[in-house]
Amino acid sequence: MNAREAIGDTVQFVQGDKACVYGALLAGCRFFAGYPITPATEIAEEMSRLLPLIGGTSIQMEDEIGSISAVVGAAWTGAKAMTATSGPGFSLMQETIGYAVMTETPCVIVDVQRGGPSTGQPTRASQGDVMQARYGSHGDYELIVLSPSSVQEAMELTIRAFNLSETYRVPAILLTEESIGHMREKITIPDTVPLQSRPATEDEAAPHVPPFSPFGRGKKAFVTGLTHQDNGHPSTDDHEVHDRLVRRLCAKVCENMDDIFQADTVRMDDADTVIVSYGISARPGRAASEMAAQAGRKVGAITLKTLWPFNYAYFAELAQRVDHIVVVEMNCGMLYHSIREAAAGNANVTLVSTLGGKVADPTAILEVIR
Amino acid sequence: MKQASELYETYLRTDMLPTILCSGCGAGVVLNATIRAIDSLKMDLDNMVFVSGIGCSSRLGAYINADSLHTTHGRAIAYATGVKAANPDLEVVVFTGDGDCVGIGGNHFIHGIRRNIGINVIAINNYNYGMTGGQTSPSTPQGSVTTTTQYGAFEHPFDIAQLAKTAGAAYVARWTTSHPLQLQKAIRKGFSNKGFCFIEVLSPCPTSYWGRNKVRNPEEMYQWYKDHTIPIGRAEEYPEKIPIGELVNVEKREWTEQWASLVRKVSP
Ligand SMILES: Cc1ncc(C[n+]2csc(CCOP(=O)(O)OP(=O)(O)O)c2C)c(N)n1
Ligand code: SF4
Repeated sequence: MNAREAIGDTVQFVQGDKACVYGALLAGCRFFAGYPITPATEIAEEMSRLLPLIGGTSIQMEDEIGSISAVVGAAWTGAKAMTATSGPGFSLMQETIGYAVMTETPCVIVDVQRGGPSTGQPTRASQGDVMQARYGSHGDYELIVLSPSSVQEAMELTIRAFNLSETYRVPAILLTEESIGHMREKITIPDTVPLQSRPATEDEAAPHVPPFSPFGRGKKAFVTGLTHQDNGHPSTDDHEVHDRLVRRLCAKVCENMDDIFQADTVRMDDADTVIVSYGISARPGRAASEMAAQAGRKVGAITLKTLWPFNYAYFAELAQRVDHIVVVEMNCGMLYHSIREAAAGNANVTLVSTLGGKVADPTAILEVIR
Repeated sequence: MKQASELYETYLRTDMLPTILCSGCGAGVVLNATIRAIDSLKMDLDNMVFVSGIGCSSRLGAYINADSLHTTHGRAIAYATGVKAANPDLEVVVFTGDGDCVGIGGNHFIHGIRRNIGINVIAINNYNYGMTGGQTSPSTPQGSVTTTTQYGAFEHPFDIAQLAKTAGAAYVARWTTSHPLQLQKAIRKGFSNKGFCFIEVLSPCPTSYWGRNKVRNPEEMYQWYKDHTIPIGRAEEYPEKIPIGELVNVEKREWTEQWASLVRKVSP
């Protein structure tokens, strides 16, 4: 049975967590390792049901460190591999996410955000892991973080996370929230999806991305998290080797921004004010834009699908065009700071922040526009 | 027996030499015994993956001319589980140290064994954290001086092989670097067992451990491992000595075999 057959009907009414699984399987994911945690558990459950049907492998590890480690190991056999977790588990995974960055291991991590810090609010949505997704591991690095604002997008962006991760040999994180993860919506499942695989040769590879040699093919790959030369051999004392490696790892993500960055826009043509948001917060953001339009105001809305790498140029240009940028987030202000930095004083940047699982109210957003 | 130079040509990643190991380090003996075991089993290096954590012991994987995943501290068994589960045809060997294996990595160790994932783990127990300069480890003998037990270690140490046996490993043996032939034979037998194979090797760390514990020359160290160990069959007569030999060798359904039969059962 192939993945599409295992998924079943074309139109389904499912939770976001399940949609992630569908997206992963359609994208070619054949290995899952995870550890139960609310609100991401359904992903592990659904993987354990579907993967054996299509000849894949699903394993429940002893913790989240084990899960991400197994995923990286599986990825080196050539498999497309994924894990899924929420805040506490995402914290545990950080060292290995850095390892995956350093070893250029394609893999996907789904973080279904809940309220933190600590055990926090297991069953309430949050966008509190936005900075951790970018900076959670030690050292300088860049990776790819995508955020869906509907169940349909949870599926589509999981596919995209796999494809980008393969193309750039970098971990890709699907950063969603309890609200999307547990919400049921109608989705339409495609019969085929565009598929990317990690480059096998220099010719296939994107700029700054080396070809990938999977284990078991006689390539005698040496994979290490130590600072290494192009041939993988450790070289930990030469500042030039380290400088070159780290800058290349960052450049392969940031210099391919045009391919990686995606945002949906509405009513932007003559907007003087714009509401910027992502994930579940994008919904009240778009609603507020519509309400403002009905009241004769020129308020656009931008829904970010790519959070990191951060598109400074996009927001610098936006700040030239509009007077006011309203950022809506379910945290104390995370993306807000980068947007303000990019705006560089050319537009006012205001934060609408909610916590505790509360999604922003469109009228509260309208209030700051007034 | 083949000449060392002949084996080195075939099995070592020569451009990675010389090794980082100190002179007199027991890890070299373990590398040698592993290579000889692989050679006598006629295993195909291109079908083998060497996974390791962080530490001096964990560097061995770098020197064998095969695919190698040098990972994070303590997690090698979890990475190796992913490699084996995703491609059961690969022969997976883990090199680890006492700190890597049962300190930071203790949970992965017991759960890898519980699952009976078919990997081969060679743990080099040098009684301390060698790479970081000689701190106490979960296997440091009571009374030993280390840089973090300056007045002598008092915590009860793990008997690592016994731990593996209790957790349910399919193959468990313990030898020392003063028993290289027996070690090589144990590696051969362990690799031939399809389940989780665990081999503990008591091994000297002259630089970080033995110097502080007043055993200073190689002959003395060699003799220490002879004098303080006893073949497992006679362990009861000498309760103060460390039992060495084969603790377990049983057939047990391996994880990837069980997964494959599950797939056959449920997939239409
Ligand atoms: C998460 C983490 N903590 C600590 C360290 C530092 N560290 C490197 S090697 C090591 C100990 C290694 O000891 P062992 O596994 O016994 O190997 P040995 O060096 O003695 O062979 C430690 C603590 C690290 N690399 N990563
Ligand atoms: S510090 Fe000890 S364990 Fe490490 S290489 Fe030197 S002798 Fe071997």
